[in-house]
Amino acid sequence: MSLDNHERVMSLFRALQRVNDLRIRNLHPAYASILIDFDPLRLSHEEATSLIENLAGEEPSQCGRAANTVTIPVCYDVEFAPDLQEVANHAKIPAREVIWLHSSATYHVHFLGFTPGFAYLGGLPETLHAPRLATPRKHVPAGSVAIAGTQAGIYPVDSPGGWRLIGRTPVRIFDPDATQPTLLKPGDLVEFREIDRATFDATVNR
Amino acid sequence: MAIRVQDPGLLTTVQDLGRYGYSHLGISPGGAADSLAMRIANLLVGNPENAATLEMTLAGATLEFDEESIVALSGGECHCRINGDTAPLWQAMRVPARGILTCGAMKTGARLYLGIQGGLDVQPIMGSASTNMAGHFGGFEGRGLRKGDLLGVRKGPNSRLPTLNPGTVEALYSREPLRVTRGAQHDWFGLEAFGKLLSCPYTVSEQSNRSGLRLKGEPISPRVRSQLLTEGVSHGAIQVPQDEQPIILFVDQQTTGGYPKIANVIAADLYRVGQLRPREQVRFIEVAIPQAIDLLREQEEWLKQIFQC
Repeated sequence: MSLDNHERVMSLFRALQRVNDLRIRNLHPAYASILIDFDPLRLSHEEATSLIENLAGEEPSQCGRAANTVTIPVCYDVEFAPDLQEVANHAKIPAREVIWLHSSATYHVHFLGFTPGFAYLGGLPETLHAPRLATPRKHVPAGSVAIAGTQAGIYPVDSPGGWRLIGRTPVRIFDPDATQPTLLKPGDLVEFREIDRATFDATVNR
Repeated sequence: MAIRVQDPGLLTTVQDLGRYGYSHLGISPGGAADSLAMRIANLLVGNPENAATLEMTLAGATLEFDEESIVALSGGECHCRINGDTAPLWQAMRVPARGILTCGAMKTGARLYLGIQGGLDVQPIMGSASTNMAGHFGGFEGRGLRKGDLLGVRKGPNSRLPTLNPGTVEALYSREPLRVTRGAQHDWFGLEAFGKLLSCPYTVSEQSNRSGLRLKGEPISPRVRSQLLTEGVSHGAIQVPQDEQPIILFVDQQTTGGYPKIANVIAADLYRVGQLRPREQVRFIEVAIPQAIDLLREQEEWLKQIFQC
């Protein structure tokens, strides 16, 4: 996957969002592709193709390209981080350094999938690359901060999951009643900021 | 007006025609698994076709109505009763105040819809009343119904109710093979594998649900074994994971997937996927994309002609 390809995908995605053609029902950008779901009784393949070709031919517009940076507080308390020590062992570094590496990188939302609001984040420092769990957990609590392979993520809702859990955020990642239901959108930049347990509890109880 | 759940059956959820425009946020459309049966149930009671209905799965629910209501049942063949008297599917019926509707186990098909005049009173979330079970939102508290739940019903129009033309249901649920177009990674498989999908019967596994129908049968081996970059996937796509057994991605699917897709069930046949039962056999037949679009157009035209007033 090249970042350049992904940037072209995102540029087309944003252009299609701006066009807001009601005959297009869903858009799903990913690493190097975009899925366009349209009503074939109202928009023909030929019309759709020419619309897409026109938009894809445009120079990536500068407006809307300024990425939105979201800072997410994370508590790395042992209770929230059942896999932190194993990640540290795998990387042959102290757990403290795993936390430092994880919270000092800048991540890029490649796309969302798996469950509502689950953002696949690129940019995990290479030292932290570790395989996913051999057996996924049946229950991962919402807010769990996790890593797997080359990627990082945050579980937005209670769900099963096979990624390694290294912390938890008190911030709501998915709120179906909000105008913008997901905290993260495709193309956003993400940073993690370490918080202590007292801050976590205070935020949750607020 | 309200409905109390006495017995939820196997899985009963609130569904309309689904939630569009949010798949880039990881939110799949959801909606009725058999959207045609669901639309007909609504039209029979004088509702707009997208009104919120109940979708029951394999074993129906027992529901108590506090006030007199007009309802219609549609979908899989199923013995239903209102206060003990047989209640036929596919027509509007009156449930008296404090009446009890009992829906039995489905003899054919997998899903039964209850349309209620006025529609269920459910707060739409992101434009839809459908239950999103993965996200725990929409429908009734984002989950399947439980004993004791109380569902509100909106006040309905007092319009003249249509009836279905004879022969409609028989035409709806033909036993013909499911029609498919070629999938996005169809060329990863080659003619032999694609031929297998089209010539061999596949059995619906017990592990099937609203997210996907897992099929068991002749393994489908890709010609090239390469790793697919995760990408957006559409409703009805047939993906083939490493175990070489196909999966039809369905209404509550994850919005992305990393397995190659050999084929796609056409839009006009997706409602029939919603009626496939565990252990049932399915066959596939290929159509070209322009034909798939014509079939969808014909289906929409047909739907306008099946009612008489």
